[in-house]
Amino acid sequence: MMSRPVLLLCQLLVGVVFFGLWQLFATVPIFGYTVLPPFFFSTPLDVFNRIVKWLVEGSIWRHLMITLTEASLAFVIGSLSGTLIGFWFARQQTIAAIFDPYVKMMNALPRVVLAPIFALWLGLGIWSKVALGVTLVFFVVFFNVYQGVKETNATLVDNARMLGMSERQLLRHVFWPSALSWMFSSLHTSVGFAVVGAVVGEYLGSAAGLGYLIQQAEGVFDVAGVFAGMIVLAIFVVAIDFVVTKVENRLLVWRPTAGERGT
Amino acid sequence: MDTTKPTAVALDDATVAFHLAGNRVYTAVEQARLSVEHGEFVAIVGPTGCGKSTLLNVAAGLLKPASGTVRIFDQPLTGLNRDAGYLFQGDALFPWKTAIDNVAIGLEIRGAPRAQALERAQGWLNSVGLGAFAGRYPHMLSGGQRKRVGLAQVLIRDPKILLMDEPFGPLDAQTRQIMGNLLLELWNADRKAVLFVTHDLEEAIALADRVVIMSAGPSARIIGDWRVPLARPRDISEVRMEKEFHALHREIWSVLKDEVMKGYAQSSQAPAEVE
Repeated sequence: MMSRPVLLLCQLLVGVVFFGLWQLFATVPIFGYTVLPPFFFSTPLDVFNRIVKWLVEGSIWRHLMITLTEASLAFVIGSLSGTLIGFWFARQQTIAAIFDPYVKMMNALPRVVLAPIFALWLGLGIWSKVALGVTLVFFVVFFNVYQGVKETNATLVDNARMLGMSERQLLRHVFWPSALSWMFSSLHTSVGFAVVGAVVGEYLGSAAGLGYLIQQAEGVFDVAGVFAGMIVLAIFVVAIDFVVTKVENRLLVWRPTAGERGT
Repeated sequence: MDTTKPTAVALDDATVAFHLAGNRVYTAVEQARLSVEHGEFVAIVGPTGCGKSTLLNVAAGLLKPASGTVRIFDQPLTGLNRDAGYLFQGDALFPWKTAIDNVAIGLEIRGAPRAQALERAQGWLNSVGLGAFAGRYPHMLSGGQRKRVGLAQVLIRDPKILLMDEPFGPLDAQTRQIMGNLLLELWNADRKAVLFVTHDLEEAIALADRVVIMSAGPSARIIGDWRVPLARPRDISEVRMEKEFHALHREIWSVLKDEVMKGYAQSSQAPAEVE
C-alpha cells in the first residue's frame, strides 16, 4: 500500500485528468470536429461556474437541506423499523415463516413504481420521499439484522446461559448487541439507499431538493445545470459517507475489520 | 478430595441420543456411569467424536439424557446446572465487551453493583495475568489470552463445579503448559470439582486426579478409570519426567490406542453427524 499523501495525490490526479480531457474535447476542435459538443456535454468550467453561482446566490442550501432532511428521516425510520422487526422475526420463527412470502414479494418489487402511489397518498412534500427511502432502507437493515440474530453464535448463547443469564438478560446482553452490530454493518448501504430514495422521489415529483434541481435543468436542456446538480449530489454523498465511516469506526471498535464490513 | 461431602457430579447410566432426519436416532453416549467427588479433578479422554463434549453438556444441563439420571450434589438435575461454570472449547467471549466487562458480566447479571463487579473483575484479570489488558476487546487478544479471560469469566462466579471442554485445544504447546499450570494454581486455592475433557492423554494425566477413558463413538461407553498417583502441587512440565507418569501413560495408552484407531477409521468413513 502506498503512503497516504501519494494516494491522495493519485486520487486528485485522476480527477484532474478527467476534467482536463472533458474541457479539452468540449472546447478545442480536433481536426475541425468537436468531440464533445457543449450543447450535449457542457464544459467543466460552465458546470463549475454554475455551482459557484448557486453557492453565491445561496439557493442551493435550501435544496440540500431538504434532501438531507428526507434522507435522514428515511434512514432513521427505515433502520429503526428494520432493526426492530428483523429482531422480532429472528426471535419468533413462526411469525417469520408466516410473513416470509410477503416479505420476499415486497422486496422484489422495484421501489420506483411506488413513488407515484406515495405522492398520491402523502402529497408532493417531503413525506412521499421519506416513504420511498424507508422502503429501500428497511429491507437492507431488516435482512441483515434478521440473518445476524438468527445466526448468533450458539456457543455464545450457551455460555451466556451457563453464566446465569435469564431470557431477558440474554436479549439485552447477547441478541440485542448482535442485532445492533448487524444494523451498523449495513450502515453504508442503508445511508446510500436513503439518499437514493430521497433524490429519486424528488426527481419524480416535487418542488425542492437536489433531485428537483436536476429534473428542472433537464427539462430545459440545461446540461450544465444537470451536471452541476450531479456533482453537488456526489460531493454530498461522499461527505455523508465520510461521516458514516467515522461513526462506524467508533461504534464497531470491538470488531476486527470494522471499516471493511459494509456490504 | 473430601468423600464426606456429597458427590459433585454423578451420571448414572446416562444415555444420550440425537434425532436425525428420517426418524433415525444417533446414540452418542451409552450408559455412561461417572462420578466426580467434591474437590476432585477428573479428566475424560477419548478419540475424536466419541461424545466427550456431549457428556459435559449433560453435566451442564444443556442436554437432557434420553435415559439414566444426573445428580448434582445428590440433587437430581433439572434444567441448567446452576452450580457449574463451563469453559467452552470455542470462543465464547462477548466480542462487543472489553476483557473486564466480559469478566464482570457474571456478577452484574446477578445484580452486583457495577463498580464492585468491575473491581472484582480487575482482581480476576490480575490473577490470570491480564491485569494490563482490561480495556482490550477479545479480537485484540491472542488465543491464549482469550482463554485466560474465559477462565476468569467462569471463576469470578465461584462455581462449585468446573466443566471444561478441551479448553486449551487450539493453543500451541508452550501456551498449553502455561495455561495448565495456571489452572492448577487457581484450582489449588479452593479445589473445586473439575470435569475436564481433552483428547490429549498427557495433559489429562498431568492435570487430573482421575483419568476416565471413553470408547470410540457412536454409542460411546466409558471403558476405563485410572487414579493418578502423582503428588500435588504439580508442575505440568516437570511431572511429565516422572516414572509413575510414564508407567500410567503406557498403561492407559494400551487401552486408548485401539479406540483411537477405531475412531479414526469411523471418522474417515461415514460422515460424522454428531460430534
